[in-house]
Amino acid sequence: MSKDVKLRNFHQAKWDEPIIFELSTPGQRGILLPRIDNEVVNTVGNIDEVIPKGMKRKNKPKLPELAQPQVLRHFLRLSQETLGQDINIDIGLGTCTMKYSPKIHEQFVANHKFSELHPLQDESTTQGILEIMYKMEQFLKELSGMDAFVFQPGGGAQAVFSNASILKAYHTDRGEGEKRNEIITTAFSHPVNSAAPHTKGFKVITLMPDKETGYPSIEALKSVVSDRTAGLFITNPEDTGIFNVNVKEMVDIVHEAGGLCIADIADANGLFGITRAKEVGYDMCHYNLHKAFSSPHGSMGPCCGAQGVKDFLAKYLPVPVVKYDGSKYYLDYDRPESIGKIRKFYGVVAAVLRAYSWIMSIGADGLKEVSELSILNNNYLMKRLLTEVRGISAPYSEGNYRMEQVRYSWQKLKEETGIGTNEVERRCMDYGVQEYYQSHPPYLVPEPFTPEPNETYSKDEIDEYVSILKKVSQEAYENPEIVRTAPHNAPISLIPTDPITNPEDLIVSWRVYKRKKGLK
Amino acid sequence: MSKKLGLIVNPIAGMGGRVGLKGTDGEETLEKALKLGALPESPQKARKALDYIIKNIPGIEILTYPGDMGENECIDVGITPIVIGEINSKKTTFKDTEKAALMMVEKGVDLILFAGGDGTARNIYNSVGDRVPVIGIPTGVKMHSAVFATNPLNAGRVVKGFFENTNIELRESEVMDIDEEAFREGKVVAKLFGYMKVPYEKELVQSLKAGGVFSDNICLEGIADYIIDNMEDDCIYLIGSGTTTKKILDQLKLPCTLLGVDVIKNKKLLLNDANEKDILNIVKDNKFKIVVSPIGGQGYIFGRGNQQLSPKIIKAAGKENIIVISTPSKLISLKGRPLLVDTGDENTDKLLKGYYRVIVGYDETYVYECSY
Repeated sequence: MSKDVKLRNFHQAKWDEPIIFELSTPGQRGILLPRIDNEVVNTVGNIDEVIPKGMKRKNKPKLPELAQPQVLRHFLRLSQETLGQDINIDIGLGTCTMKYSPKIHEQFVANHKFSELHPLQDESTTQGILEIMYKMEQFLKELSGMDAFVFQPGGGAQAVFSNASILKAYHTDRGEGEKRNEIITTAFSHPVNSAAPHTKGFKVITLMPDKETGYPSIEALKSVVSDRTAGLFITNPEDTGIFNVNVKEMVDIVHEAGGLCIADIADANGLFGITRAKEVGYDMCHYNLHKAFSSPHGSMGPCCGAQGVKDFLAKYLPVPVVKYDGSKYYLDYDRPESIGKIRKFYGVVAAVLRAYSWIMSIGADGLKEVSELSILNNNYLMKRLLTEVRGISAPYSEGNYRMEQVRYSWQKLKEETGIGTNEVERRCMDYGVQEYYQSHPPYLVPEPFTPEPNETYSKDEIDEYVSILKKVSQEAYENPEIVRTAPHNAPISLIPTDPITNPEDLIVSWRVYKRKKGLK
Repeated sequence: MSKKLGLIVNPIAGMGGRVGLKGTDGEETLEKALKLGALPESPQKARKALDYIIKNIPGIEILTYPGDMGENECIDVGITPIVIGEINSKKTTFKDTEKAALMMVEKGVDLILFAGGDGTARNIYNSVGDRVPVIGIPTGVKMHSAVFATNPLNAGRVVKGFFENTNIELRESEVMDIDEEAFREGKVVAKLFGYMKVPYEKELVQSLKAGGVFSDNICLEGIADYIIDNMEDDCIYLIGSGTTTKKILDQLKLPCTLLGVDVIKNKKLLLNDANEKDILNIVKDNKFKIVVSPIGGQGYIFGRGNQQLSPKIIKAAGKENIIVISTPSKLISLKGRPLLVDTGDENTDKLLKGYYRVIVGYDETYVYECSY
C-alpha cells in the first residue's frame, strides 16, 4: 500500500468581498459607448422608433455602476474564494463524474467559427456543426445500441422528462395512456427517475434495496408489475456503484407486462465498451455529455442530456432531429408524432462539440480504457479507505468490487466520536479539497459520502485524498472539536444551515434582500 | 435563552438485565435482582452524559431530584444542581419519577433528560404527557420506545444540539412498553402508550445538500392528502393508531384517537376509538379498508398498539384492502428490516406477509417487505 502523503499547508484566500451591488457608485461607467456614425443614423433612423413599443422598458435597469478594474477585481477575488474542478482534487463529488475537461475544447467553442454561429442561419451555412451533431449521434448509437439520438434536453432531468413524455405518447397511441399510469424505479437510482415521470403525471413506485445485495429483489418487482405499469426508470450501476446483475430479468418482467424500460446512463463512466443499453433490452436511455463525456458542468450548466431511443420510438423524439440526405445535413422539423419542442434552436451544441472532440481524441479503445481505469481507480480507493481509515464502511455487497463509485458511511465514526459526514466534509476543505457529495435522497446509507475517482486522477492524487480522509478521521477520534468547528482555512467558516433551508428566510436576489431588510 | 435541563435518573433501571430478569419493574423483581447481585447501571451511564454536558454546554442549569435520582450523579462530575422535591422512602419508586417530572415541568425546564428504560419513559409520559421535550439515556433492560439516544454520550450531544439550535425539530416519538409479567413467561406483548416530543438531530439522517428532502410534516401532509383524495365513496376506512394516521383525521378536521382506531365513511366520522366488536358491526357486509402505519424503529403494522384490528377483521378486509402509510424517514429508520405483524393468529400473519406499496408521499410509494 502507498505511504501517507504529506498534507498541504493550505489556506484559501479570504477577501470578505461585498456583493457587487454594494460596490456600486452612481455615475461610474464600465464602458463608454462610441457615438453612432452619421451614416448608421441616416440609414436606421431614430432608434426609439425602430424598437417596437412593447419591447421598450419603462424604467432603467437598476444595475450596479462600476468601472472595469473594479469589476475585474471583484470577480477575481470571488474566484479565489472558490475551489473548482481545475484547482482541487475533485474526487469527492461523486455521481457527478468531475473529470478533467481538456482545455483545447474551450478553444473550439470560443472559436468564431462556432461562437458566432446564429441559430437562425440558413442550414447551407451551418453544415459544419450539423455534421458534428450527426456524427456524434452515430457515436452514441454505437455506444448504446439505440437507434436514434437528439441533443435537445438541457440536462439529465430534462432528458428523463423527455423520455417520460415519449413513454406517455407511446401508451396513449396504443389506447393505454390512461390505464398505464405507474412507473417503477429503485431507491438508489438518481431521484430524477421518480421526479421527472411524476411531473409528467405518473404515479411513482420505488423499489427498496435488498439488505445484502444493495439492489431490489425480483420478487419485489413482481409484486408491483401489472397492466398499469407504464415503464421502469432505472440507473445501473446505482448510486452505490453496485452493478445490478438482475437488470436483464427486471427488464424482461416489465416488457412482459407491456411496459417500456428506460435507462438513466447519466454517469456512463464505468460502462464504455463494457455493456450497452441495447443488450440489456432498454427501449430508451440518456447520457449526460457534461459528465462522462468531459464537457464541464457545475453551476447548473452548460449541460446536455443526449436522449436515445429504439427505432419504434424515434418518431416521438423532440424536434428538430439532424438528418443527412447523402449530400447535405438538415434539421427535420416535419415530425407530426413528435412530443414537440423542448428547448430553443439546436439544443446545447457547445456540449456536443466538446463531447465530439473528446471521443475523436481518444477513440473507441480510449473509451473502453476510460471505464477500465475508472473502475480500477475506484476499487483502489475503496480498498485503501476500508482498510486504513477508521470509522468508515461501505454498506451492501460486502467484500465485492464496485463499478465507478461507492457510497460509504461514516456511521461508525459518528457513533464513536459524534463527528458525522457533515463535519468530515467541512474539515476536508481545510486540506484544499472542496466539499464532497453525500447522497441523493432518500438517505438509506447513514452518514453518507460518495466519492468517484474517475480516470483523470493520478494515483498520487488518489493517495493524497486518502491521506486527507485518514487525517480527518484521526482528528475526529483525537480532537473532535477541531473537526466540529471546521472549516478553519476556508474563506467562510461554519454557516448555520437553518436559514438557508427555510424558504421563508431565503434571499435569492438583491431586490429581495433590500425588501426584506427595508433598504431603499 | 435560559438553559434549564431537568434530570431524572432511575437508579434501578437496567439492574434486572444483567441477572437475566428481563426488566426491573415491580418491587419483588427488584428484590430478586439485588439478591442475584445486580449492580446499578443507570448512575454511571448518567454520569457519562452529564460529564459531556457540563464540558460542552456553558451556562446550563440543571434541576434534579435528591440522592441517586440525579443529585449524586451531578456532584460526581462536578455539577452543583438545583435539587427539588424529596424521596420519602429509602428505595425510589415510579411515583418518585412521576412526581419529579411534574415538578420539573412546573418549574419550567426546557428539556428533561432521563436515565432509564421503557418503564421510566412511561412514568414520565403518564405524569406530564408531551408537555415538555425529553431525551432518554438508554440504561434500561427494555428499550422499545423511540425516545432514547443511541448511547449516553449521544444523549449529551442531543442535549447540546437542543440548547444550541433554537430551530431544532421536535418529533413525536413512541412511548412503548411491554407487559413484563408476560415477558418473563416468554411472551412479547408490547403496547403503545403514547407519544412524547424528542429533539431530533436532523444531521443524523439528512443534510442541506439532499435538496428535495422534506421535513416529516410536509411528507405527512402529502400522505394524508393522497389518502383523502383517493377515498372511495361509501367505503369504510378504519384508521389505525399513531401520529402518521392521525394526520388524515387532522386534514379532514375530524376528532382523532391517537392510540385507537377511528372509523370514517365518505370523509365523515362514524366512530372514534372503536373496539373489535364495534368494527365488526360497522363493516358487516360493507366494503372497507384498513389504514395503518408502522411503529417507529420497530416496524410493526399489526399487533402493537392496534389489537382492535383483530385477525377476524384483517381477514375480512383481505390484504388488498390494507393501506400502509409511513414517512420515508420512518421506513429508513428500520435499516432494511422488514415490516412486522404479530396478530396472535399464524394464518393471519401468513396472509399479511409479502410486499406492500407503502405510501410515503402524494402519489409516491416505496415497495417494502412485511414479515412475521
